[in-house]
Amino acid sequence: MRLRRLQLGLWVAAIAAMIIFAGTRWAIQGEGVAETSPAFTPVFTLADEEGRIRTSAEFRGKFLLVFFGFTNCPDVCPTTLSDVAQVMDDLGADAEKVQPLFVSIDPERDRRLGLAAYTAAFHPAILGLAGTEAETQAAANSFKIFYGRENDAAAPDGYSMAHSPGLFLIGPDGEWLRQFTYGTPAAEILSYLQTRF
Amino acid sequence: MKHLLLAATLSLTASAALACETVTVGDLSVEHGWSKVTIGAGRPGVFYVSISNSGATDDALVGISTPAAGMPMLHETVVKDGVASMPHAMSIPVPAGQSVQLSPGGYHGMLMGLTAALKEGDSFPVTLSFEKAGEVTVNVEVLSLRAEGPDCADAGQ
Repeated sequence: MRLRRLQLGLWVAAIAAMIIFAGTRWAIQGEGVAETSPAFTPVFTLADEEGRIRTSAEFRGKFLLVFFGFTNCPDVCPTTLSDVAQVMDDLGADAEKVQPLFVSIDPERDRRLGLAAYTAAFHPAILGLAGTEAETQAAANSFKIFYGRENDAAAPDGYSMAHSPGLFLIGPDGEWLRQFTYGTPAAEILSYLQTRF
Repeated sequence: MKHLLLAATLSLTASAALACETVTVGDLSVEHGWSKVTIGAGRPGVFYVSISNSGATDDALVGISTPAAGMPMLHETVVKDGVASMPHAMSIPVPAGQSVQLSPGGYHGMLMGLTAALKEGDSFPVTLSFEKAGEVTVNVEVLSLRAEGPDCADAGQ
C-alpha cells in the first residue's frame, strides 16, 4: 500500500517535471517569437523590387505574411515560399486580405541576382523587399528575429546566411499575431488565417 | 500522414518517371533523385534522393558530381535555437540496414555553378560517391518549385 502511494507520488512528480520542462522549452524556443508574446508592432522601411521605398504603415488593413530569407538559399527559402504561394492560391477571394512579403537578408546580392524574377516565380502576389544593410538590420530587430552572415568556402561567393526561418503574421492593425515555424504545412497556415478574417 | 495520402493520391496517376528508377551499387540502392526548378542559372539548384543500405556494413555518401553544375556539394539544413543555417556536410552516414533521405529541410545536395537554369521536366545525371560501395549514377528529374517529391507508383517514401 505504501509502495503504491510512493509510486503514485513518483508519477505525479514525473509528470510535473515534464510539464515544467516543456514549459521552459516553450519559453526558450518562443523567446521573442512566441505565438503568445506580448503585443508589439514591427516596423520596416525597405525598397521594393523597383527601388520604391515601402513602409510597414502603408500595409495597414491587410494581414502580412513576412518571410526573411535570401534568394541564393536552395532548401529552406523555396520550401517556405512555395507554402506561401499555396496559401495565396487556396485563399481564393480572401487573397486580397493578405500581403506576402519576402524581406531579403542578403540585399546587395539579391538585388544583383534579381528580386522580382525570384518572387514572381513562386507567386505574383509576393512582394520582394531589399533595403540597405542598416534598414534590413532595423527591420529584423523590429521583428525580433536574427540573421547573420556565415563565411563558408563551400557556398556561392564564399558565404551563406543563417536566419530565423519562420513565417511571421502581422495583423491589419500592424500588430504581431504569431509565427509559423519552418515546415508548418500550407493547409495549417490557411486555416489559421481563415479564423482571423 | 499527409505524405502518405499525397503519395496514395498521386500513385493513381503516376507514370514511371525517371526519378522512380532504382539503381544499386553493392548493398546500396538509390532512388527518387529529384531537383527543383531554379530561377535563373546564377542561383544554386538542389538535389534530393533516397538511399537505403541493405547490407551489414555502414557506409557514407562522401560526394556528388554532375555535368549540370560546376560545384555540387553536400549540405545540411540545421535549425537550432530558432535559426536556420546550412553547413557543408563532409559526409552523410548511411548506416547498415537503414535508409537516409536527402529531402527538404534536411540533408541536400547544393548544385552551385549551374551550366544552365533548371527547368521543369529537365533531367540530368548525378553520380554519388560512397565511402565503401563506390560510385553510382542516378537520373534526376527537375520538378516544379512547389513539388514535395517525385510521384512514384511504389510510394517508396
